[in-house]
Amino acid sequence: MNSRDMILARVRGAVAGAPDVEVPRAYRGAAGVTAGVTPRDTGGDTGPNADERLIDLFAERLRDYRAIVHVVAEAEVASVVAEALGRREIRRLVVPEGLPAAWLDRGPYDTVGDDPELSAADLDGTDGVITGCAVAIAETGTIVLDAGPGQGRRALTLLPDYHLCVVRAGQLVSGVPDAVARLAPERPLTWISGPSATSDIELNRVEGVHGPRTLEVVIST
Amino acid sequence: MSRTFLGMPARALEQSFPSNAAKAVRDSQLRFNLRKATHTIRDKRASVVGELPDWEELRQAGKAIKDHTLRNLDRYLIQLEEAVTAAGGRVHWARDADEANRIVAGLVKATGETEVVKVKSMATQEIGLNDALAAEGVTAYETDLAELIVQLGDDWPSHILVPAIHRSRAEIREIFLERMGEWGRAAPEDLTDDPRALAEAARLHLRERFLSTKVAISGANFMIAESGTLVVLESEGNGRMCLTLPRTLISVVGIEKVLPTWRDLEVFLQLLPRSSTGERMNPYTSTWTGATEGQDFHLVLLDNGRTDVLADEVGRQALRCIRCSACLNVCPVYERAGGHAYGSVYPGPIGAILTPQLRGLGSELDRSLPYASSLCGACYEVCPVAIDIPQVLVDLRAKARHPRAERLGMAAAGWIFNRPGRLARAQRAGGRLRRFVPKRLPGPMSAWTDTRDIPDIPRESFRDWWDRTGGGSR
Amino acid sequence: MRVALFITCVNDTLFPGTGKATVTLLRRLGVDVAFPRAQTCCGQMHVNTGYREEGVRLARHFADVFAGYDAVVVPSGSCGAMVREQYPRLAPAATGEVVPKVYELSEFLIDVLGVTDVGAYFPHRVTYHPTCHSLRGLHLGDRPLRLLRNVRGLELVPLPGAEECCGFGGTFAVKNPDISAAMCADKVGNVMSTGAEVLCAADNSCLMHIGGTLTRQKTGVKIMHLAEILAATEVAEP
Repeated sequence: MNSRDMILARVRGAVAGAPDVEVPRAYRGAAGVTAGVTPRDTGGDTGPNADERLIDLFAERLRDYRAIVHVVAEAEVASVVAEALGRREIRRLVVPEGLPAAWLDRGPYDTVGDDPELSAADLDGTDGVITGCAVAIAETGTIVLDAGPGQGRRALTLLPDYHLCVVRAGQLVSGVPDAVARLAPERPLTWISGPSATSDIELNRVEGVHGPRTLEVVIST
Repeated sequence: MSRTFLGMPARALEQSFPSNAAKAVRDSQLRFNLRKATHTIRDKRASVVGELPDWEELRQAGKAIKDHTLRNLDRYLIQLEEAVTAAGGRVHWARDADEANRIVAGLVKATGETEVVKVKSMATQEIGLNDALAAEGVTAYETDLAELIVQLGDDWPSHILVPAIHRSRAEIREIFLERMGEWGRAAPEDLTDDPRALAEAARLHLRERFLSTKVAISGANFMIAESGTLVVLESEGNGRMCLTLPRTLISVVGIEKVLPTWRDLEVFLQLLPRSSTGERMNPYTSTWTGATEGQDFHLVLLDNGRTDVLADEVGRQALRCIRCSACLNVCPVYERAGGHAYGSVYPGPIGAILTPQLRGLGSELDRSLPYASSLCGACYEVCPVAIDIPQVLVDLRAKARHPRAERLGMAAAGWIFNRPGRLARAQRAGGRLRRFVPKRLPGPMSAWTDTRDIPDIPRESFRDWWDRTGGGSR
Repeated sequence: MRVALFITCVNDTLFPGTGKATVTLLRRLGVDVAFPRAQTCCGQMHVNTGYREEGVRLARHFADVFAGYDAVVVPSGSCGAMVREQYPRLAPAATGEVVPKVYELSEFLIDVLGVTDVGAYFPHRVTYHPTCHSLRGLHLGDRPLRLLRNVRGLELVPLPGAEECCGFGGTFAVKNPDISAAMCADKVGNVMSTGAEVLCAADNSCLMHIGGTLTRQKTGVKIMHLAEILAATEVAEP
């Protein structure tokens, strides 16, 4: 018997006769997606105020984990992005395929595309990367990238030391269940909550290890 | 069958937990480091768990999802295998540590490479993969900061989440200054013990390695049966480096890590970060399905004693564990004994029930582990998948062989308790001899009187008082 | 209502004063409590040390002894937790009827009698250790504290690190003496930091452990079971 069949046989023998278990899902689930699950409380509001509160919460949670946050009207994204890149003195900026052109002014930096694919060493030699995202989660201060348009391969947001991410208000959801419901497992996902960090020294959190040491988020309303 | 190997040197197994712990408790630096770290993380966890009004509902869902999965594990493993294979990955099955190590070494050698980078993984710690690879001429580089500290310091992990929790910042600085140069880029000479500077030294030390290494080895926190997706939670970005940059990725994962559906992640991505690092979300979570972005992907499914645990009606709940280490951080015994005393890569309360089940109760150490607890219940209270650790400990104690003197004592106590008349006579004998009980007791009971007085034995027991006074009415 | 007292073997043998205080207190509140002579031990020491069969025998014995009563009062969180948590696993059929009728003392006073002011007087500075099995086993919550806050003259001071184990754990104290003593040393340090005259708990086994260290270190801090403080009054009972 090969190892596969042996392990499966041992599993079957081990649980033979054991009762099955129903999964109680009484926690706050994804809003409007699943019946029988209590929807997440957005503070009682359902109108435009609810969105505002969600954005405030998202910004607060991002800042908690040392991300730099701007909340701006859609028309101002390009100027806020330009200022941010200027402050960082970015000279070589990675721009993934499909990034909305309206987000980038012509700046005092070179943009670098990923077609043909940049080598790891090339990427390591850039100063920063700008992306959009697939979903963002207010409650945990998380942005999720799914390698879609305006996001690129996973390495693009890993090797440059600076990551600027533009989140559109419509991409923002309340909690983790809402995000899981919107995301497709077939795509490679990167969930990002603040800059790279470690708690390995005396369990104190320190920002900045191998991933980008600075995360800046522009929330476009 | 040879005993299941759990990644610890033979010398750690020669001693019992109490004697290991007795040494640790006298190490003031260790006591200080552990106390500081565990108390910090306890408070952080309590605060972020308190933010969620539905924590208990999430916990009950997490428990039930794991129980349902374990009940149908054969079905979900087959489903996972099909999905991973369909997505271009290759699935291997390993009954024990030896087989897993052989499979991984073979895969690495087939690439022609002699170096691999590693994401922190309990499964590969458990099977002693690094040593097995070294024997085959392959060098494994640990990239998690704490694992790096352990590897550079030629040390053993003492915590599930933070393997170098027993080290202070000053000790870490010394290890970096002395050893980094032997493994790659040396630490800067003016390195301070500021955690920021230490993290920066690790960044520089590993950067070139990440960019050039062609093979990576990881574990996984979760595997999704319906989609074939693997999930890794981490903080530093070393995980992303290993999962993303190398040409070949090999993931070694315990069979109990499978979850049925993608949706199940909505529960565990809330339970795990808040329980382990005390964050609302860890900085980075990566998910991938099969061969991704042009990589070769291999999944090694590991049994290594897990099916034995699964066969135990009470003990199988230990397989719900998601390796968050919240139980270690609240345990008063772990806080004082440290992780090495447990002689396994799985220390603390979860280790005290997992190790003896995986390895059996053959050695003195493993027989002593179920007793490494005062049954205070703090571990059960914080466990995000509600593993009743005290219950499993008590169950294991009933299976362990007991010392002869204890057996006799327990039999005598049982004989007395079986008849109230015998109890009354024993109490009266005690009352008469009360003045002759020494302040320091001999034999095993000296363990009590070394540091504590024994209470004065009363002249009259309660039951005799009741009889004499009619319950105080005469 | 037929109420029985389960005194517990530790109280019966080593702390009869706690039993007398429980009887005094319950009588004062109008409860006529019976003491079934056939009772012995709940079996906790045997079960928790790994002698399950003996424990099952004692669980069955407990069920026989207390079969005819409406309520069984236990002045011990740990023995109460043994009955409520472990009996349903050890001997479910035999103990199914009796288990729901078992109350730890503060539960009986508050949940059954509906009393939080028992008319006690105790003019001393007291700190309270909640004990693991009362806290996490029986989930007594703040019941004992509510009772203590209503004791006239009593100054209740919070105990730092109250929820941490004192290191007793039954045979744990003997099997792992070094860790146990280290835990107790921290507990004693916290007790001393309160400046209390009296350390109170709802469990004499934990008190015996902490008290043994308190007297060895000649701290002068006295240990008292919750029942003893609640039984104390301004004038001696007639």
